[in-house]
Amino acid sequence: MLKRLGTWDILVIGVLALVVIASSIAVDGFATSRFWGFLLLDVIPIALIALPMTLVIVTGEIDLSVASVLGLSSAVMGQLWLSGVPLPVILPLVLVLGMVLGAVNGLFVTGFGLPSLAVTIGTLALYRGLAYVVLGDKAVADFPFSWTGNTIEALPGTTIPWMALLVAGLAVTFGVVLHATPVGRALFAMGNNEQAATFSGISVARTKFWLFVLTGAVAALAGFFWTMRYASARADNGAGLELSVVAAVLLGGVSIFGGRGSLIGVMAGVLLLISLRNALQLADVPADTLTVVTGALLIVSVVGPNAASMLRARLRRRRPAVTPVAGA
Amino acid sequence: MVRELGIGLALVLLVAVTTIYNPRFLNAQSRKDLMLGATILVVLAVGQAIVVITRNVDLSVGSVLGLSAFATGKLFLAMSETPIVLAVLAGVGLGLLCGIVNGALIAVARVPALVVTLGTLYVFRGVDYSWAAGQQINAADMPSGFKRMGTATLLGIPVLALFAIAVLVFAGYYLRNYRSGREMYAIGSDPEAARLSGIPVGWRVFTAMAISGALAGLAGVLHAARFGTLDAAAGNGIELQVVAAVVVGGVAIFGGSGSVYGAALGALLLSTIGSALPVLRIDPFWQQAVVGALILAAIGLDRALTARIADRLRGRRARGA
Repeated sequence: MLKRLGTWDILVIGVLALVVIASSIAVDGFATSRFWGFLLLDVIPIALIALPMTLVIVTGEIDLSVASVLGLSSAVMGQLWLSGVPLPVILPLVLVLGMVLGAVNGLFVTGFGLPSLAVTIGTLALYRGLAYVVLGDKAVADFPFSWTGNTIEALPGTTIPWMALLVAGLAVTFGVVLHATPVGRALFAMGNNEQAATFSGISVARTKFWLFVLTGAVAALAGFFWTMRYASARADNGAGLELSVVAAVLLGGVSIFGGRGSLIGVMAGVLLLISLRNALQLADVPADTLTVVTGALLIVSVVGPNAASMLRARLRRRRPAVTPVAGA
Repeated sequence: MVRELGIGLALVLLVAVTTIYNPRFLNAQSRKDLMLGATILVVLAVGQAIVVITRNVDLSVGSVLGLSAFATGKLFLAMSETPIVLAVLAGVGLGLLCGIVNGALIAVARVPALVVTLGTLYVFRGVDYSWAAGQQINAADMPSGFKRMGTATLLGIPVLALFAIAVLVFAGYYLRNYRSGREMYAIGSDPEAARLSGIPVGWRVFTAMAISGALAGLAGVLHAARFGTLDAAAGNGIELQVVAAVVVGGVAIFGGSGSVYGAALGALLLSTIGSALPVLRIDPFWQQAVVGALILAAIGLDRALTARIADRLRGRRARGA
């Protein structure tokens, strides 16, 4: 397993460890288990959506509509609850809704061959708009405590929310699929060279279509969690979250051009982003500085590797005798 | 050309239907409001179009607008005697600086624009927030000359809209008639081919980002003049509207085709929809959904057009051979 870790994964994990250790020493209250419980609850929506997003970006596509799928799911939940549908029925309905919304994205991208960036900017507006059409600017907040309380319930004897365990389980599943199965290798192949992938017998369009469906379903699940966690169904739930998710995935070392990245790196990226943010918040650093930190981290995470490889290339050119070995 | 015509037609249709429904939609005051409402989006869309034509994107425009708007307010608070020209130049200069940061990161560090500007979206907004520290600048604190610029008209056209028109005409002329303008299209069509044919790709992309930054800076000053009341949240989230306007206006998201006129028409259409829906008694909650559907329709139509042109070209080549 260790052999699979790239230099970037190790770097992100190292920085994460550094941040956690430094904050535990310097920031009062950071090392408490209560705080970690809250921190993990904050991580869940971003971590959840980052899982399928990693796969999507690895294939060279992107889905910017995820936060709007979350919002529309939340709005539909609220409306269904108002009309008397019980929650055990609402949950599967919302998941199906997410799959349909994802399928629309997938159809536009793979069926009509449109760029996913443009399509999902369109559905970002469309789905968020529909969320307002469904629920207006109302908030539905009278969900039963047995559900809202249980959603954020911790595992017995700990402060770790059980949902975090679920997300961790999903993360392992996604990681195995991406890094240890033919499907995962096919995703990387598509991201590296779509034509070559097609010629080697991978059904690129069908795989991408189902990836978008999966992303929609997971975003809807995040919407359900979000609504339960804050005990409030609103059309504007999770607005702008897509940028945080993309930032976390890229910070985790996934190439925006596809074909490169690892799920361990992404999870470390998500945790790094959130723990840094919460540590600074605890230390009474104003929220605006956090925004700067998020952005700066993102820029550094892409400029760093590029600058390093450019420097290496320049050094190599100075020593012309050595021919670089392919794959080294 | 077909694309601009189509979007123009959609705009005319929208205005016609709305005016038939309620003739007051086109009276002098309402015309002025429509133009004012579109001004900022048009200025931003022109800059974004230039960037998108080179196969890049600038997501930081909303944050640059916010920063520049707040800086304008601060400038007038510090020196209320500041000439308006100087305030405009200061805003444009600040935007230019932000654009240079974006451009340098993209061209020198070879990082994709989407990622860089997503990062600077956060950074610039964060700088804006920490500078403002919760402060709000009220219209009452702004010099009356500046506020007058926000409402004044010249021959029935708001002065602010004249800025947008000037920007549009200059940018359109530049892209169409200057060598470096044509090279923007070449870069967007095929960056590698452009590089091989000796076009300074890095430098041109840098220039496009700098222009977009400067125009976002200008948009910030216009925002300050129009609204007067300013806090650090100005222009929050407008970047997606701008990209939407550009895409609806027929600029291909992967570069190489489209025009700033189309982008401006797209911006005009989006802002007019916003004003027309309440007049048509349609629930304003529908607005965003309509915008989304419009984007999807626009890129779908664009795809169909491109496919037809490609077919025709292939046919011609087959006959010629």
